[in-house]
Amino acid sequence: MIRTSTAVVAWTLAAALVASAMPAHAAKDAIVIGMVLEPPGLDPTIGAAAAIGEITHYNIYEGLTKVNADSSVTPLLAESWTVSPDVKTFTFKLRSGVTFHNGEPFSAADVKFSFERAAAPDSTNKDKAFFADLAEIATPDPNTVRLTFKDPDPDAPFRLGLPQAVILDPKSAATDATAPVGTGPFKLERWVKGQSVTLTKWPAYRDAARVALDKVTFRIINDPAAQVAALLAGDVDAFPRFGAVQSVAQFQNDPRFRVSIGGTEGKTLLAVNNKRKPLDDVRVRRALAYAIDRKAIIDGAMNGYGAPIGSHYVPTDPGYVDLTGLYPYDPAKARSLLAEAGVTTPLTLTLTLPPPAYARQGGEIVAAELAAVGVNARIVDVEWAQWLSGVFANKNYDLTIISHVEPLDLMIYADPTYYFQYDSQAFRDIMARADATADPAQRLAALGEAQRQLAEDEVNVFLFQLQQITVANAGIRGLWKDSPVFANDMAAVSWE
Amino acid sequence: MSGLAGHSRPSVFRHPSLAVGAALTALFVLAAALSLVWAPHSPFDIDVPHKLAAPSAAHWLGTDAFGRDVASLLLVGAQNSLLVGVVAVAIGLIIGAALGLLAAAMGGFPEDLVMRLADFAFAFPAVLSAILLAALFGPSVLDAILAIGVFNVPVFARVTRAAARGVWTRDFILAARAAGSGTLRISLEHILPNILPGLTVQATIQFATAVLAEAALSYLGLGTQPPQPSWGRMLNDAQTLMFQAPQLAVYPGLAIALAVLGLNLLGDGLNDLLDPRLARTR
Repeated sequence: MIRTSTAVVAWTLAAALVASAMPAHAAKDAIVIGMVLEPPGLDPTIGAAAAIGEITHYNIYEGLTKVNADSSVTPLLAESWTVSPDVKTFTFKLRSGVTFHNGEPFSAADVKFSFERAAAPDSTNKDKAFFADLAEIATPDPNTVRLTFKDPDPDAPFRLGLPQAVILDPKSAATDATAPVGTGPFKLERWVKGQSVTLTKWPAYRDAARVALDKVTFRIINDPAAQVAALLAGDVDAFPRFGAVQSVAQFQNDPRFRVSIGGTEGKTLLAVNNKRKPLDDVRVRRALAYAIDRKAIIDGAMNGYGAPIGSHYVPTDPGYVDLTGLYPYDPAKARSLLAEAGVTTPLTLTLTLPPPAYARQGGEIVAAELAAVGVNARIVDVEWAQWLSGVFANKNYDLTIISHVEPLDLMIYADPTYYFQYDSQAFRDIMARADATADPAQRLAALGEAQRQLAEDEVNVFLFQLQQITVANAGIRGLWKDSPVFANDMAAVSWE
Repeated sequence: MSGLAGHSRPSVFRHPSLAVGAALTALFVLAAALSLVWAPHSPFDIDVPHKLAAPSAAHWLGTDAFGRDVASLLLVGAQNSLLVGVVAVAIGLIIGAALGLLAAAMGGFPEDLVMRLADFAFAFPAVLSAILLAALFGPSVLDAILAIGVFNVPVFARVTRAAARGVWTRDFILAARAAGSGTLRISLEHILPNILPGLTVQATIQFATAVLAEAALSYLGLGTQPPQPSWGRMLNDAQTLMFQAPQLAVYPGLAIALAVLGLNLLGDGLNDLLDPRLARTR
C-alpha cells in the first residue's frame, strides 16, 4: 500500500513537473542581448557607428550577399553571381518573391536606388568611396543587377555583405533611421531611447519557419560592472561584445554561462591628428610608438585579450604583414627621437577617450607611458556623441584611442580629410595600384606595401586587434564566436 | 575672546566627539601633508605585470588594476580631497560671509535681494552645477571646486546674516556707532569677530560636505581627471572589479567615510565648545 502510494505520488509529481516545464520550455522564444553602445539611428547606410549594424544587419535589413562568421561570403538577396575576367563587372541574379516589411516588392530597381544613394555627393555612407567607384549599375530585368566598377574589385561580394551595403526601399529610405523597413526576418517593435531596442519576428519573412525567436531585445548597458550584474541576474541572456574583461574568468568558471573568445576586425589605435604640430613630424609619431608598450596595454586594459598589430590590418586578414617589430618598446629611443625633432619636453597633448574600456582603461596606461618620455597626455573623457562630433567630424583632438571595426578599410588612409588628416601621395599610389590589378597575388602584394607604408609613416600608433568576448547563457545556440562584421545574426539563434 | 579660551581648556575632555573628530581630521591632514613629500610609491607608476597584487611589504594595501600602489593612491588622494575642500570652503566662506555681513548691515532691499539670491542658489545642487560647468568647459577638478564653492556661498551667507543680525542689536554696537564708527568698520571690527565661532563650525561641516561632493563628482567622472588620484575615482575604478578585488572599493570608501565622519564630529564638538549657551548647560 505504502509503496504504491509513494509511486503514485512520485508519478504525479513527475507528471506535474513535466507539465509545468513543457510550456515554459516551449515559450522560450524571446532573448535579451546586451550591447555596450546605443546606435545614433537605425540606418546603417548613413551612419558610421558600428552599433547600428549590430542591431539591424541581417535582422531588419539584408544585402545582396552575406558575410558569415568565418568570413565566407554566401548569397542572401542575390541567389548567385558571376564575375567578369577583369574583376570589374559583377552580375547578380536576385531572389524573386521577396518583399519589404511594408509590402513593397524587392527588385533590381531597389538595388540601383540604394547604391546610387550611397554614392551620392551628399552621402554619409562609410563605404562611399567603394560605391563611388561604380561606373554603371545596370538593371536589364527586375531580377538581375549588373555592377560595373571603374577599377577591379575582388572584394566586392564581401563589401556588399556589410551593413553599409544593405538594400533599402526607396519609399521609406528617408525615414529608415527611426522607422527601419527592410527585407529581413525581424521588424522594429520599439526603441526606448537610452535603454533598449526591441525587434519582433516578421511572419511574412520568406524563411519564417526557420527563425526560432519571436522577440529580440537589445538592451544597452555601458557600464562594465552593470554588464556583469545584468548577466548574473539573468536580465540579459547574452552579451556578444562583453566589456568587463576583468570578469571573464568568473563566467568561465560558472556552468550557467558559456564564454567564447573570438577574433574581430577591430583595429585598436592610438589615433593621431597628423595635421597638428608637432604631430605632423613623423619622428614625433615614431617616438610615441616607441614609448608605448602594447603588451602592458593588452594586459592592463584588456586582461590579456588582444593580439598586437603593427599596422592597420588584423592578423586574420588575407595578406597580413607582421610589422609589430618595427617600433619595439624603447622609451630611451622615444626620448632621443623627440629631442631630434626639436620638441621641448614636457610636451602637452590632449588624449580624448570615448567610453569603451579599451579606451578609458588603455588611456590611463598610454598616458603613464607617454609621461615617462616627457609627453604629458591630458586625458579628456568624452561620451560617444561628443567623440563622433568633436574628434571624428571636427578633427578637434591631438590623440584618441579608438577601435576601427570595419573589415578591409585601408582606403580610409587615402582620404586626407579623414580625421587622421594623413595626406600621402605615396600611399594613395599604392592603393591605386592595388585597386588597378585583377591578379589576386599582385593585389595582396600591394596591400602588404600599403600596410608597410602606414607603419613607416606611423600615421597612428597601432595597438592591438580587438577580441570578441561573448558571455551567454549556456542554453543559447547559434551566436557568432568571431566577428568579421559587427552583426548579431538573430535568425540563426535559438534556445536549446 | 581670552575668556572663552579659559573655559574651553577643561571642557575638551568633556567632548569625546571633539577628540575623535580632531584625531581623524588630523590623520586626514597629516596624510595629505605627508603625500606632498613622501609616498611609498609614485601613484602614477603603472606596473601591469603586478596588477591586483595582495598586500605585501612593498605594497601595504596591494595594487590596483594597473599595478599602482593603493596606499600611495590613498595618500595622494587625501591631498586632492583636502585641496578641493579648502578652496571650495574658502570660496563659499569669503563670498558668503561678505554677502551675509552686507545683508545684516544694510537691511531692507539689499538684505531681501541677497537672501532671495541665496534661496535661488540653493535650488541648484552642487552636482547639477558641476554637470553644467563640465558641459561648458570640459570636466576638470577646477569645475568641481567651483561648483562646490558656489554651492557653499548661500550656506555661509545665511549663517552669517542670521548671526550678524543678533550682534547688531547689542549695546556695544550702539556704543561703537555713537563713537562715530561707520557700518563697514563695525561689520569688520565688531560683528565679524563675534560671529567667527559659528562660522568656524559651519566651515568644518561644509568641509565635510565638500570632501563628499568631490568624491561623488569624481566618481561620476565630473571631478578630478585621471591620472590624478582621487578617492571618488578610485571607487569608480573599483566598481568594475567588485567580483575580483572587492578590497579596492573598501579602502577609498573607508577613507571617505572616516574623513567625513571626522570633520563632522569636529564640527559638532567645536559647536558644543564654542557655543556659550551649550557650554553652560554642561
